[in-house]
Amino acid sequence: MARIEFQNLAHAYRPNPATLDDYALQPMSMVWEDGGAYALLGPSGCGKTTLLNIVSGLVKPSEGKVLFDGRDVTALGARERNIAQVFQFPVIYDTMSVFDNLAFPLRNRKIPAAEVRKRVHEVAEILDMTRDLPHKASNLAADAKQKISLGRGLVRQDVAAILFDEPLTVIDPAMKWMLRRQLKKIHQQLKLTLIYVTHDQVEALTFADEVVVMTNGRVVQKGGADALFLRPDHAFVGYFIGSPGMNLCPIELDAEGARIGAQRLALDTDTLATLRHAHEHANGSLTLGIRPEFVRLAQEGEAGAVKAQVLRAQQLGNYQLVTAQCDGHLFNAKLEPHVRVVDGPAWLRLAAPETVFFCNDERIDARISEGAAR
Amino acid sequence: MNKPVNQKAWLLVVPVFICVAFSAILPLMTVVNYSVQDIISPTQHVFVGTEWFRNIMTDPDLRGALGRQIIFSACVLLFEIPLGVGLALAMPASGWRASAALVILAMPLLIPWNVVGTIWQIFGRPDIGLLGYWLNSLGFDYNYTASPTAAWLTVLVMDIWHWTPLVALLCYAGLRAIPDAFYQAAEIDGASRFAVFRYIELPKMRGVLMIAVLLRFMDSFMIYTEPFVLTGGGPGDSTTFLSQYLTQKAVGQFDLGPAAAFSLIYFLIILLLCFILYNWMSRVGKGGPAAEGDEHAG
Repeated sequence: MARIEFQNLAHAYRPNPATLDDYALQPMSMVWEDGGAYALLGPSGCGKTTLLNIVSGLVKPSEGKVLFDGRDVTALGARERNIAQVFQFPVIYDTMSVFDNLAFPLRNRKIPAAEVRKRVHEVAEILDMTRDLPHKASNLAADAKQKISLGRGLVRQDVAAILFDEPLTVIDPAMKWMLRRQLKKIHQQLKLTLIYVTHDQVEALTFADEVVVMTNGRVVQKGGADALFLRPDHAFVGYFIGSPGMNLCPIELDAEGARIGAQRLALDTDTLATLRHAHEHANGSLTLGIRPEFVRLAQEGEAGAVKAQVLRAQQLGNYQLVTAQCDGHLFNAKLEPHVRVVDGPAWLRLAAPETVFFCNDERIDARISEGAAR
Repeated sequence: MNKPVNQKAWLLVVPVFICVAFSAILPLMTVVNYSVQDIISPTQHVFVGTEWFRNIMTDPDLRGALGRQIIFSACVLLFEIPLGVGLALAMPASGWRASAALVILAMPLLIPWNVVGTIWQIFGRPDIGLLGYWLNSLGFDYNYTASPTAAWLTVLVMDIWHWTPLVALLCYAGLRAIPDAFYQAAEIDGASRFAVFRYIELPKMRGVLMIAVLLRFMDSFMIYTEPFVLTGGGPGDSTTFLSQYLTQKAVGQFDLGPAAAFSLIYFLIILLLCFILYNWMSRVGKGGPAAEGDEHAG
C-alpha cells in the first residue's frame, strides 16, 4: 500500500510535443492518498487508460515523476512496481486451474510453496472462491474470471495499489452490483489504494470516495459526488455529470446588465460585478450553468427568469423532463410530475442560488445569494 | 411438447444432397465398384470379392512406400511445426517490417508445386546447381540422384522450405489475435518470456496449430508432384511415397482393381490418422489434468 504522487507528470505519444493538444496527458501534479478509493471518469479517449498505465508502469511518462511513498519509481517497469491491474476483458491463464492462476505471480517471484498455498487460500477466502480452486479457470463465468484477475493482484503481500480499467464492461448488469459491493468490502477490509477507470458516472460515484474527471488529456476536477454535482469546476464536468447534464448557455454583458441573446436576465448587482470583473480580467466568454433539477417555471417578469418556448414535456414516472428553447439555446428542466406544462411561451427561472458561472469554461466564484434571487 | 411435423423440410436438404452425391459419393462408389471387380473389357467384368484387397496388402512395394510415407509425414510435422511457431514469434508485430516479412514468407506458397520440384532439382544439381555445387566444393559428397540419403534430405528440406511459411502464417494470425492486456498482465505478474509463451501464446495458438498440423499432415501424406519432379521416386524406390506408388499401379500398369482397393485403404488411413490427431490435440488443450501443481483444495 502506498501514497502515489505525480510531479509535473505529462505524457505524449509523439516526440517533442509543441502545444497542449499534442499531449495524451497534459502536465499535472496530483496525489493519491494511501488507502483511498478513486474513480477516473471521462469519455473514451480522454487519457484515463494512459494515466492508469503510467501508474502501473506499462507506459513510461515522457515528462515528470511518479513517486510511491516518496520513492521515485518513474524508471521502474511494471514488474518491479508491485501494482495489480484488472483489465477491461478478463485476463486469465486458460490452461491453468484457478489455484495455479492465483499462485502464478507468487511462483514467478520464487516464493516458497508453503507460503504460496497459504496466500492463495487466504485470497480465495476473501474472494469467496475457495470451492473453485481446483477447477479450470477457463470454464468460469466472466465475473469469476474478473475476480481471479483481481486475486492475482491481492495475493502479493506488497501490492502498492490496485488499478481497474473498466472492469465491469463484460459483466451482466445483475452481477455488476454484486461485484461492485464485493469490491467495496475488499477495499474496507484490506485498506488498499484503488484506482478505478470508468466512463459510467453512476459506477464512479457509487464506488469512489473521490472522483477524478478527465477530458482531452486533462484533469478538470477531483472531488466527491456533491462537489461534482453542485460546484463543477469546469463546464465539462457540469455537462458530463448528471443525466441529463447541466444546462449551459453563453451570456453577454452590456451597460444595463446580462442577457441571453436578446433576452434580458435580471441578476443582482454583486453577481453582475463579479461577472464583469472576470470578463474584463480574462477577456473570456461567460457561460451560465444550471442543473435541470434546479430549473423551474416562473411568473412573468420574475427576477432571474427569462422568457422561453416550451417544446415538449415527457412524463418519466417520478418526474417530467421539459425541454424549452430560449433564444436558440435548449434548456432541460426536471419538474415534479404533477406540474401542468403546456407547449408554448413560458418563463423559466435560470438564475437561482444553485446557478454557476464559467469564464472560459472555468468556474468563477459568482453565486446568487438566496435573497437576491427572489 | 408436440413438435409440428413438416415434411417439406426434406425438400430443402435435397440440393445439398445432390451436390454431395455428385461431388463425393458417386466418384467414391465408382472406386468401390472397381475395387471388388475384375474388369476384363468394357463389357466383361467379374466380381472378385476381397481378392484385390488381399492382393495389395501383401505387396512388399506397398509396405515399403507406406513405411517411407509415415516417416516422411512425421519428419514434416516434427520440423515444420516448431519452425513455423518460431518464425511467427520472431516476426515483427506491426509496421512496414511486418508487411515485408509477410510478403517474403508467403513467397514459396505462391509457386506452383511442379515448379517447386523443378527449382530444387536444378538448385541441388552437383554440376550447375547452387546448392549442389557448393556442398560438393565444401567437401560433402552430395548427389541426390545417386544417394538415397541425399535424395531424402533434399525432398524433406524442399517440403520444409515450401510449407513452413503456411504454418508460420497461421501461427502469426493466432499470435496477433491475442489482446495486449494478456502481455501486460503477464508483465505485472512478473512472468518470464518462456512463461508468456507457455501459458499465453501457446494456449491461444491451439486452434490455429491444430489446423496447421492437420493440413500439413494430410498434404504431406498425399505428396506427389514435388518428389515426382525432383527425384522421380528414386534412386531405386527410396523416395517413392504412397501417391506415386498408387499412380504407378493405376496409370503405369493399369491395375485398376488393386489401385482402387488401395485408394480406399489410403483414404481410410488418412481419415483415421486425422481423427486420432484431432482428438489428441483437443484433449491436450482443453481437458488435461485440472491442476498441474501439487495442490488440490478440498
